[in-house]
Amino acid sequence: MSKYLLRLFVTGASTRTATAISNLRRICEQELEGQFDLEIIDVLEFPELAEDEKILATPTLIKSLPLPLRRVIGDLSDTEKVLLGLEVQTVRSHVNDAGAPK
Amino acid sequence: MSAARVHTPVEKIATGISSFDIIAKGGLPRNRTTLISGTAGSGKTIFAVQFIAAGIEAGVPGVFVTFEESATDIRKNMLSFGWDLERWESEGKLAFVDASPDPSVDIIEAGGFDLGALLARVKHAVRKVKAERVAVDSLGAVFSQFSDQSIVRSELFRIACALKAIGVTAVLTAERTEDYGPIARFGVEEFIADNVMILRNVLEDESRRRTIEILKFRGCDHQKGEYPFTIVPNGGVIVIPLSAMHLSMKSSNVRISSGNASLDEMCGGGLFRDSVTLVSGATGTGKTLTVTQFLQGGASNGERCLLLAFEESRDQLVRNATGWGFDFEEMERQGQLRVVCDYPDVSGLEDWLVTIQAAIRDFKPHRVALDSLSALEHVGSAKAFREFVIGLTSFIKHEEITGLFTSTTASLMGGDSITETHISTLTDSIILLRYVEMFGEMKRGLTVLKMRGSAHDKAIREFTIDKGGMRMGQPFRNVTGILAGSPVHVSPSDLERVWGQLEADSPEV
Repeated sequence: MSKYLLRLFVTGASTRTATAISNLRRICEQELEGQFDLEIIDVLEFPELAEDEKILATPTLIKSLPLPLRRVIGDLSDTEKVLLGLEVQTVRSHVNDAGAPK
Repeated sequence: MSAARVHTPVEKIATGISSFDIIAKGGLPRNRTTLISGTAGSGKTIFAVQFIAAGIEAGVPGVFVTFEESATDIRKNMLSFGWDLERWESEGKLAFVDASPDPSVDIIEAGGFDLGALLARVKHAVRKVKAERVAVDSLGAVFSQFSDQSIVRSELFRIACALKAIGVTAVLTAERTEDYGPIARFGVEEFIADNVMILRNVLEDESRRRTIEILKFRGCDHQKGEYPFTIVPNGGVIVIPLSAMHLSMKSSNVRISSGNASLDEMCGGGLFRDSVTLVSGATGTGKTLTVTQFLQGGASNGERCLLLAFEESRDQLVRNATGWGFDFEEMERQGQLRVVCDYPDVSGLEDWLVTIQAAIRDFKPHRVALDSLSALEHVGSAKAFREFVIGLTSFIKHEEITGLFTSTTASLMGGDSITETHISTLTDSIILLRYVEMFGEMKRGLTVLKMRGSAHDKAIREFTIDKGGMRMGQPFRNVTGILAGSPVHVSPSDLERVWGQLEADSPEV
């Protein structure tokens, strides 16, 4: 299994930031079996990084690896959508259907 | 302390956008947000970029936030207006926040979000270049990037508030679907900003007419209604402020020669220096000759003259002038004459006004002749034409230039033209040239109908045209009804009786 390279852009220490981080950690632990690198970036502290990546919304999750590049925005409370964005193979068949390339 | 603040009027910043500051009575309210709404192609992006560019040219740095076109496209497109955005970026006077959508990246929405990153980027850019001006283009494009509209709505409101809090003056653009309809597409944009302006690009009589209207300036004054504007290369938006132009018009008592001694005499000693004279007549009555004499009169006095010719080609004009004994080519060599000659239909009236104003600023003439206004009449709508004439006359007077315009009447005998009904009140003097049919012969008559601020000859004089130009003759003493277009010969005995009667009634005359 290839290693996931993930970056999560958040704005400060808000409730939404906390929710997104805990949602992401839970999903990663469960689905990626620890095979991931997660970097959390606060746009208030590093606005130039947000500029480089042309980020508008927070939280924004970027999956740099494995390719293709994917972006998921929001507090990541919708687990199925997050999995769709991460393109994680799961046993649930309907996720596979929805996750098929357009 | 707070009581004193209440009475502080809203301060305005001069935008530097040509004449916009006049209709905005000083410029945009400082530290406020202004919405610029308009249909596709109404010039929103140009206005927004110009707001930033004019600031930078005046030493005020700015930030441009783009949601629609990419920064690369904007840099390229704006070069034609003379704005080198890339150079300003490298000089640290301008920063882009490129929030244009990237079609290659698929974005999945999974839960609640905010536009915190965008706000952080804008704030960062403002800090980086010490910006005092921010332009956001356009709000509608933000909505199309996200599916959750209610979040976008509240986030945009938050960003507008944040812009005010960091002390910048901002313009935000928004699309609308109709030139006369809801202010903006999503129905919320106008509530985000303090002030609202509308740009229109209306199809009127098969020609496009751009106007700008300030709908609302919270807490301060502005000119009301729509003002025409045009967009020119190397200049951008140029507003044509009609009402404001009247304010500073001067008036002098200095007389100058019309180029014809007899005509000067009829005008009570010549034309006033900063006056505009209308010469009206049917085709072939001698309008172009009057113009030629007027130019020659200036040139022989060492003045510079500008001729705006819309009816005849350059060669024709030169040939005509030679026929009357005037050498246009020599005058041009001496730098005393410049001829601007073109088909009236090549551009709209607003553009003509801007072109003419630029020619006047460049050549700095003492005299301007336009032959003829009637040729321009059909380029735009009646309203646009009237605005053109107002704009031109007030500009000429403001620059203390003597103007002479011609207008062609539709009928050979007497009559008036639409041109005249529109502009007779705007000109200071009116000279009528008319055909007079007498005993099977066409004679030419001239009268000074109006001469603001001066006595003038009230007679209708006969004149002839020969190699030396216009030769003034005797008044038509025994003819009436010339101006009505139906001259009636009056027998000398009848005339004697009427005159005798008049003299008896008023012995002091």
